[in-house]
Amino acid sequence: MFDDLRDLYQEVILDHGRKPRNFRRLEDADRSARGDNPMCGDRMELWLKLGPEGEIADAAFLGRGCAISMASASLMTETVKGKTQAQAKEMGEKFRILAMTGTCPECNGAIAEDMERLAPLSGVHEFPSRVKCATLAWHTLKAALEGTKEATSE
Amino acid sequence: MNVTLKPAPASLDVARIRRDFPILSQTVRGRPLVFLDSGASAQKPRAVIEAMVRCMETAYANVHRGAYHLSEVATESYEAARAAAARFLNAADPREIVFTRNSTEAINLVAHSWGRGVMKPGQAVLISEMEHHANLVPWQMLRDDGRGIELRVCRVNDEGELDLEDLAVKLADGKVGLVAVTHMSNVLGTVTPVERIVALAHAHGAKVLLDGSQAAVHRRVDVQAIGCDFYCFTGHKLYGPTGIGVLWARLEHLERMPPFLGGGDMIASVTLERSEWAPPPAKFEAGTPPIVEAVGLHAAIDYVTAVGMPAIEAHERALVDHAMRRLSEVEGLTLLGRAQDRGGVFSFTLDNAHPHDLSTLLDRAGIAVRAGRHCAEPLHTRFGLEGGTCRASFGLYTTCEEIDALAEALVKAREFFA
Repeated sequence: MFDDLRDLYQEVILDHGRKPRNFRRLEDADRSARGDNPMCGDRMELWLKLGPEGEIADAAFLGRGCAISMASASLMTETVKGKTQAQAKEMGEKFRILAMTGTCPECNGAIAEDMERLAPLSGVHEFPSRVKCATLAWHTLKAALEGTKEATSE
Repeated sequence: MNVTLKPAPASLDVARIRRDFPILSQTVRGRPLVFLDSGASAQKPRAVIEAMVRCMETAYANVHRGAYHLSEVATESYEAARAAAARFLNAADPREIVFTRNSTEAINLVAHSWGRGVMKPGQAVLISEMEHHANLVPWQMLRDDGRGIELRVCRVNDEGELDLEDLAVKLADGKVGLVAVTHMSNVLGTVTPVERIVALAHAHGAKVLLDGSQAAVHRRVDVQAIGCDFYCFTGHKLYGPTGIGVLWARLEHLERMPPFLGGGDMIASVTLERSEWAPPPAKFEAGTPPIVEAVGLHAAIDYVTAVGMPAIEAHERALVDHAMRRLSEVEGLTLLGRAQDRGGVFSFTLDNAHPHDLSTLLDRAGIAVRAGRHCAEPLHTRFGLEGGTCRASFGLYTTCEEIDALAEALVKAREFFA
């Protein structure tokens, strides 16, 4: 009955949804923000630790939400570690396109490999009501980097 | 009330009913549509669709304005809809029916006009934990308006029923001017004991507003028998169009209340300095009203009346029993609310699936349910379900087979996320 949903719920997503990585509070974080999806109750808090060059040395989150939003946050914290803030923001922009269209023609260069890791989430583009589940973490990351503290994917 | 003496209601031919609803014959992703979201908005029978088309094609003009044939015809249709709404609620007088945009606007009208115009500083409004945001937010706005109106909240017990002892405690000091509660919860399905609530409230000098958005669809409502002061429902949940709702209020209340919105059609006379208000209900219907929608609502009321509210109620009782049985068999499923008296609304969680993931899966099976907090965030918090629930809600066209399809899909969904 649900076989064709394996595109959306790939094993990597179910796995990260069940066991999100970096699912912890980051003590002495340099940046943090809360992300809210008021319509469905998804909520997360994200912490970032910056390195000497301002790069993202560590990222962690806590929150609650559907498999898509938890998996997206989990994968995001893994992929932005070691990236410069500019790279992380660029990845967020590209991820938004990936989630909305299913493809990312400009996902090349230095971030190509990392965007490949996020590709399992591209299936959400076929489910317009679920795109915001996938993008909440990235909205929250942008808020943390820009110091706006609150993000919403509504 | 002796239920056993009531004659058995005529049974409802659900196959024939379903043919009246054009949308129900469609397929979704190759499967027959199983529409279990009527609590959010119900589908429309052909009679409603055709009445609205006929109005626009043959009998449309603005109402209460022109002294020409078409305007007179349209005015007659509009006022006939008011009379139909009055009969539907067994109101004493059609002038007690005010057309609004929906239930939300009806409650806002009372909060604004009764709350700010009639209630006194030091008085309180008493709502419950199970209210839809439409019957919560307007009262918070009234409380925060600097008029010294307090807002009290009656507790809901673990079964999802109104805690009547708590209600009595909160009424005891006589400061409550208005009790505003739902007649049927849009999340728990709980039908509230409105006669008892009214008796308790009136004994303590409080008026009663009932939010009938869900209840009016599922059972016969008699505002005179209930004895309440305000009652509201919305057209689109009653198989009618969007954009029209009904506020019923006792005429003596409407006469005391200042207008809600100002504009044309709600005045007796206007000079540049001041205006005098028209008598109710016109006083509360500023501007061009929802004319075509009123005609559609009239057709919807005629439709459910012809099917028969007792037959609808009996059919839904059978659906509720069937759903209780089938959903209880689904391993890992937790039902929210187990009230004795309940209607066809079931909110639930599945142990290993988030409500949003679950609704995406059910959609693949052609099953439309709602996921989230259903405009009742405090109630979900009360039950520790900040992440929301899935909700299946029934209409008069819902079948036991559709409930079976839901139960089977839930079992498969649980395997999917295992």
